[in-house]
Amino acid sequence: MNTTAPKTEALSFKTPRTGGFFSRLPVVHQLRQSMGWQRGMLITGLVITGVFVLTALLAPLIAPYGFAQRKADSLAFGTQQPPSGEHLWGTTVGGYDVFSRVVWGSQTALFVIVIAVVFSIFLGVLLGLVSGYFGGWLDRVLVVLCDAIYAFPSLLLAIVMSIVISGGRSSMWGGILAAAISITVVFIPQYFRVIRAETVRIKAEAYVESARVVGASSSRIMFRHVLRNATRTLPLIFTLNSSEAILTLAGLGFLGFGIEPTAAAEWGFDLNKAVSDVSTGIWWTALFPGVAIVLVVLGITLVGESLNDLADPRLRGRRAVSAASGDVAETSVVPGGTLTAGPGGLDGLETPDPIGDEPGEVRS
Amino acid sequence: MTQTPASDTPVDPSTTDVVSIKNLSVSFSTDRGAVKAVDDVTLSVRPGEVLAIVGESGSGKTVTAKTILGLLPETATTRGAVVLRSKDGSKSNDVISLSKKQLREVRGADVSMVFQEPSTALNPVYKVGWQIAEGIRAHSNVSKKEARERAIEILGRVGIPEPETRVDYYPHQFSGGQKQRIIIAMALVLDPGLIVADEPTTALDVTVQAEILDLLRRCRDDFGTAIVLITHNMGVVADLADRVAVMYQGKLIEEAETTKLFAHPEQDYTRALLAAVPRIGQGLSQTRARTAERDAEWQAKTPLVSARDLRIEFPGRMGRGGFVAVDGISFDIREGEVLGLVGESGSGKTTTGRAIAGLNRVTGGSLTVLGQEMNGVKERAFTRVRKDIGFVFQDPASSFNPLLTVAECVAEPLVIHKRAADAQDARARVDELLEAVQLPRAYGDRYPHELSGGQRQRASLARGIALDPRLLIADEPTSALDVSVQARVLELFAELQKEFGFACLFISHDLAVVDLLADRIAVLYKGKLVEEGTGLEVLGSPKDPYTQRLLASLPVPDPVEQAQRREALRALVS
Repeated sequence: MNTTAPKTEALSFKTPRTGGFFSRLPVVHQLRQSMGWQRGMLITGLVITGVFVLTALLAPLIAPYGFAQRKADSLAFGTQQPPSGEHLWGTTVGGYDVFSRVVWGSQTALFVIVIAVVFSIFLGVLLGLVSGYFGGWLDRVLVVLCDAIYAFPSLLLAIVMSIVISGGRSSMWGGILAAAISITVVFIPQYFRVIRAETVRIKAEAYVESARVVGASSSRIMFRHVLRNATRTLPLIFTLNSSEAILTLAGLGFLGFGIEPTAAAEWGFDLNKAVSDVSTGIWWTALFPGVAIVLVVLGITLVGESLNDLADPRLRGRRAVSAASGDVAETSVVPGGTLTAGPGGLDGLETPDPIGDEPGEVRS
Repeated sequence: MTQTPASDTPVDPSTTDVVSIKNLSVSFSTDRGAVKAVDDVTLSVRPGEVLAIVGESGSGKTVTAKTILGLLPETATTRGAVVLRSKDGSKSNDVISLSKKQLREVRGADVSMVFQEPSTALNPVYKVGWQIAEGIRAHSNVSKKEARERAIEILGRVGIPEPETRVDYYPHQFSGGQKQRIIIAMALVLDPGLIVADEPTTALDVTVQAEILDLLRRCRDDFGTAIVLITHNMGVVADLADRVAVMYQGKLIEEAETTKLFAHPEQDYTRALLAAVPRIGQGLSQTRARTAERDAEWQAKTPLVSARDLRIEFPGRMGRGGFVAVDGISFDIREGEVLGLVGESGSGKTTTGRAIAGLNRVTGGSLTVLGQEMNGVKERAFTRVRKDIGFVFQDPASSFNPLLTVAECVAEPLVIHKRAADAQDARARVDELLEAVQLPRAYGDRYPHELSGGQRQRASLARGIALDPRLLIADEPTSALDVSVQARVLELFAELQKEFGFACLFISHDLAVVDLLADRIAVLYKGKLVEEGTGLEVLGSPKDPYTQRLLASLPVPDPVEQAQRREALRALVS
């Protein structure tokens, strides 16, 4: 066997491990893998998302005023003031500072995304795994239930939720939870569907059967063998759902089921209040919250889409190679001459050349 | 590039090569940079000749053939020249420098292709006649009626009975062998000078394979079509090819007339490749030795596995009857004995093996595995038996969890049956097992995809014997492997069986492979056991007509002998 050891060294395809653990992290790995316009898309998305998250986290430092602040030094801001040195992006009809409201609004948006995704991902994945693995009546019931939820418009559900939780007009956490829970209900079927489909596929794979043959318990098979192999598409749904979460929150706010302006800043609510301004030529109250929504959704979607493209080898872009370059890979396992034993086992070992000149002679 | 892209000077069609490949190199762009698949290959095919390109997977044989049709993916870059001449010699083109439109004109008319998997190469929503006619109408301006008539004619010529009615059938109404005939009809309909056949019989059963090989031979003789045959099966090569080109790691290492190559291979690699092909009769001495060792009491002991009128039925769809996969078979496997189970696809051999491992439900008769009755068994009752059963799966690529290291995978049975606390704890035993299957210890830290097919199958064997089982079920363990790798795995298998003494159910479609290892051979046909006995009995003097046909259909890697066998088969069938 010593003869084949160095050969197989060259034969194995190793993933480059230059960056160690760091470079194998989900997004970092794809970033290193990407190139060309796909890389551009991913980086744009990552930058926008990064700015959004940073703004949310550092809102108290960035925003010059509080989200519910209407006067500084006991002097009212004034309503519908155009952008000036005092108020970078002007003030709203309610007398709030637009810039501060937009910055604080990112915090609300981030909260909703995190809560909605955390709630739905755990429940959805668990249900999908159990349903897909065991099948039977539980599976059928869950699938029908999920189909039924798909039939609900998510915004309608969100309105119902917001009324149930806080009677429509709500505090900061009441509003955030109303949006997050309604989004959770809508998203669970998505995670459920994806994980269930993957589980059904993986259940038929030989390595799951091999675990069954050695007598592994169902929970061991589910969590050790199936779950880890079923989560490939999660980052994609994760990002796409995040952007949908923001849209639902904004929609709620716009319809007036959002959060009171004194409780937290919320882009959708500000847009609602800016509707009448647009026709009177006051552009700054609607533009900035609107742009914020569009940019965040765009950024997160860009990340999701490019992750999707990069995960598929057929869609992934590669550097072109010059004609006939590169080395021939070591594809052979038994290079010429090293095969010492014939298929006849020990008989083959005893005669140095098992073919001889007459291939037919070994036949009985 | 020395060739002019297109020259219209007529040449003598009977002597010049149909295709001549000069210094062809092909590279692919991958995630890990450029990889060269074909390295400076020069080849030519004469009119009406069958050229076989053989080699292991990854040796570049398929890429070479696909270049002839200009079918390479966009990630490929090519250097060299592939000059393709039309059948009548009126024009010749360098395929590499053709535009997409010109390529379309060449494909089908001058060169066409026969694919490996006939069921995926036909579009399921169109009638076969329409699919053949489409090819005709794409190249010549003929009416629908005329195209249909030509489709009927060509279907008749490739041996589809009642072509007038069958032309309006959909692909699913044909069997696998008939579908391959239709694919060949589609390739022949425009009368091209060259057909590229990429593993045309690999997906077919051995009896159907013999028929398709006959048809391909007729393509050459009746239509005068040259064929580039890509295959890894040396028996197919011996049966059909006039000339053989051996490829190894992207290079053409040997090219010779078939009879000359099989009789006097020049390269060491070719010699090793030919030696690795299993031949019927090689396992005889081993089987005899094992039989001699057994005492008289052995026969009287209770068998490990005992099936009596075993019946396995899969439930059908609503309102339809179930599908009977195994229909009343009876056999025994005794301590330390290797039973070879042979049959075509759909014969129920895999179902039987899976039923013994508790993966399929037994619906009738009796199946006793290590003292446990499997008819109506509960998983809880079977768990205690599981530690005595090992299983080796067909496809080494999918039988390992891709996210666990090889050592963790091999340790799974040990951890589950509480022989070790975790994979780390089991490592010492895992290292022993890896050494037993001749893998270096360090391979335990690798992931399954970092191993080659043969190495993975060896690791799979290590996992199968981890608990020192009394019974090992091997379901086509070598059919996904190259012939040279198969030889090593089979050899290892025999050694392990000798060392550990487990009983084994060895499932395979290849008679020669089963003959190497098995003490007794059972032949399954459509869910029924048609013949059972020692290798000498079943393969030496088969009694059942199906076994006779199966044996006669198996092509042997010797052109002279294969020609005689072909005649014998023809006499048997008619």
